[in-house]
Amino acid sequence: MNKDRTLVQIALYAAVIAALGLLPKFNIPVAGGVPLTAQTLGLMLAGIMLGPVRGFLSVALFILVVALGAPLLAGGRGGLGVFAGPTVGFIVGFPFAALVTGLMMQQLQRVNLFAAALISSIVGGILVLYAFGIPGMVVMTSLDFAGAAKAILVFIPGDLIKALIAALIAQSVLRAMPGIIPSRQAIV
Amino acid sequence: MISLYLAHSSWLHRLPAGFKLCLLAAASMIILPVTQLEWMVVFTLAAALLYVTLGNRGWQNLEMVRPLLPFLAVIMLFHLWAGSFYEGGVSVLRLVTMFLLANLVTLTTRMSDMMEALQPVFRPLQWIGISPRALALAVALMVRFAPVLVLVMNSLDEAWRARGGRKKKWRLIAPLIIQAIRLSDHVAEALTARGGSSGISVRPIETRR
Repeated sequence: MNKDRTLVQIALYAAVIAALGLLPKFNIPVAGGVPLTAQTLGLMLAGIMLGPVRGFLSVALFILVVALGAPLLAGGRGGLGVFAGPTVGFIVGFPFAALVTGLMMQQLQRVNLFAAALISSIVGGILVLYAFGIPGMVVMTSLDFAGAAKAILVFIPGDLIKALIAALIAQSVLRAMPGIIPSRQAIV
Repeated sequence: MISLYLAHSSWLHRLPAGFKLCLLAAASMIILPVTQLEWMVVFTLAAALLYVTLGNRGWQNLEMVRPLLPFLAVIMLFHLWAGSFYEGGVSVLRLVTMFLLANLVTLTTRMSDMMEALQPVFRPLQWIGISPRALALAVALMVRFAPVLVLVMNSLDEAWRARGGRKKKWRLIAPLIIQAIRLSDHVAEALTARGGSSGISVRPIETRR
């Protein structure tokens, strides 16, 4: 894979994540009425579609551009302000979520794509992301760990649905473009 | 370009970006350890006052706190539940203050100036093979292609609705990604044809291939 291609892929995938956040009201039906954004879906897919390293870089690029002042986070948020908010841990965790999702995909090469993508998304996009997000909340809000965890618990069902959707999307993308997913290049 | 930057002129706009970032860091150091409610109220009001000094369009931006409000409400609720009302007040006000100050830097600094000010931070990336030029190109590409992909998404959405599709918009993400992959192949080819990521000039001074 040549360097230009890698660079452009990283940049354009970061733009995909941005586009997912810019969509007005990207509704994913879920119980409880917790608003969901497609952005964490974007992280899971970054790890699945680009692999760990490029996935990490792509999401890191996205975060950098947000920090520079582009209002690309869901709901039109952006700038340095988001790094002073209660959700800063999640934002810092974004690239690592993509990284671990990609690593898991490599580990699960022998498992069928749907299951592999689902498990990878849950581990990377939920476990790892919350492992960053909850301590971040503890620091920023002076809630104790259990309190912060409880406050964020409402998002878990939605995130599980997103992991499921990420797996479905990975499946249909691979069907349309065989060989496009890094950990699945051998399978036709 | 999509940006939160407030095209306007004020005393804060005229300060160099690097200096504002240092001030912001210093302000965080001062504000984070404070645990008295009275002081926090003073800090919050002072931060709000800074917006007022930007003029009419400045203080209107105070409403950017709004998306933060549900989070703050939940945090307060959990503090009430834990019986730490005072602490809750302090931490909510601290969040508001920090948000206002950080956002103030974003509002008054161009993205290009921010990028320039961050160059020293990016320099170590060269050791792992990411040159500042490649990074600048990646940022430029992303900023340019985000609106393009939103357009792609909108046309996918129109086609989907024309076929009678309703709510399930997540179904559009797979075709969006496929189009983005195709697009990135074309863009990569175009880039290579123009000398590649190390040859194309972001600054015309360097002529090395």
